[in-house]
Amino acid sequence: MRTIDVKLVTEAVGKLCKDSCYYLPEKMMAALEDSVATEESPLGKEILEIIVENARLAKETDSPICQDTGLTVVYLEVGQDVHFEGGDLYAAVDAGVADGYINGYLRKSSVDDPLFERKNTQDNTPAITHVKIVPGEKVKITVFPKGCGSENMGAMKMLKPADGVNGVIEFVLDTVRKAGPNPCPPVTVGIGIGGTMEKVALLAKESLFRTVGEHNPNPKYAELEKEILRRVNLTGVGPSGLGGTTTAVAVNIEYAPTHIGALPVAVNLNCHAARLAEVVL
Amino acid sequence: MSDKNIKYITTPLTEETIRGLKAGDSVRITGPIYTARDAAHKRMTEALARGEGLPIDIKGNVIYYVGPSPEKPGQVVGSAGPTTSGRMDQYTPTLLEQGMKGMIGKGSRSQAVIDSIVKNCAVYFVAVGGAAAVISKSIKAQELLAYGDLGPEAIRRYDVVDFPAIVCIDCEGNDFYKVGLAAYNKE
Repeated sequence: MRTIDVKLVTEAVGKLCKDSCYYLPEKMMAALEDSVATEESPLGKEILEIIVENARLAKETDSPICQDTGLTVVYLEVGQDVHFEGGDLYAAVDAGVADGYINGYLRKSSVDDPLFERKNTQDNTPAITHVKIVPGEKVKITVFPKGCGSENMGAMKMLKPADGVNGVIEFVLDTVRKAGPNPCPPVTVGIGIGGTMEKVALLAKESLFRTVGEHNPNPKYAELEKEILRRVNLTGVGPSGLGGTTTAVAVNIEYAPTHIGALPVAVNLNCHAARLAEVVL
Repeated sequence: MSDKNIKYITTPLTEETIRGLKAGDSVRITGPIYTARDAAHKRMTEALARGEGLPIDIKGNVIYYVGPSPEKPGQVVGSAGPTTSGRMDQYTPTLLEQGMKGMIGKGSRSQAVIDSIVKNCAVYFVAVGGAAAVISKSIKAQELLAYGDLGPEAIRRYDVVDFPAIVCIDCEGNDFYKVGLAAYNKE
């Protein structure tokens, strides 16, 4: 058994909040740079150049890529042989978020009550913290700040099994078309298929943690990812939704076993500012 | 980036300037613009409903829908990209009737807003969503003007130089979200 002081979690989360908001993942940056060359719309090309320049400038100046530094999704993969000491794990994560957002000059966008008070908590807490228990004695922390421009455009639907592959494709395309400019394209399309209602939403979110260019290890799902990406880029939505051939840079699918009578599908879109940082303790 | 197709304009906007802008044009804006988002719009329209004046002179002016990240010491402004304009739709026609001539944001507008843009000879610009660090470079000064208690949602004047934007809805009601998408839709 390995003992870890939750202070280490706080420190790591604080740093990851800043790093993720300032530094776009390298593969995402490369995908955006590549899209400048392939985009067919002149205005779309110009927009992609601005997006690339913006990510470079943010990195050089330690500035937020986007002013909407999101709600902070924190994903902990905890080895089952780890024992945490020194306090509550969730509180330790929130302390890290508060430190990162206050001292990193990140915008605080969290309100305490979604419906009535909507009072800003002033430190971006609470984080949306997910914990997954895995074998071993390591702790992997992923920080994934998620702005509402893209999060608001997500959708889920309980399809019928008879809707099949075409039903899934049409639902995804419909979601992308309806989202239009709002999720700040070029987007990453995260898709969950299977499980139950809450499971499928989490699968869609988890799929967005994948490095751009990687595909689902199951060849059938990998093919489906490529086909949906091709179709999404035929919608014409384009960079900033102003028309073009680069609507998405990646389509990621995660799937899970489901009920004999069910075919749940969830779509979670991510903006071009696809912020993510991770560390293994 | 080639500069040959970019139109350089200054604020406050004249109707002559506005009539020279077509949906899809790239522009660079120089001059004062005013920040306001959800809460400030609500207060301004409530003030008008009570028969009071607005806290800023809106005639000919441009409102930027933005809620910036905090500035670091020595910085003029933090990252300051556009927020989704649709949330302001219900307040916009009232402000256009008061003489507002331009808006900068991101995302589509309602038909009522488009109709009001045509009626009042105004223009809706979009800035590149998420390009917040680049946009901030064009903001040279800021001053708090009203509703300071709203923090990042307060009304401020930004003095901008070559602020990058695109004409999305022109004074004839052409909406580039529809035009641009149709040109590249291959389904």
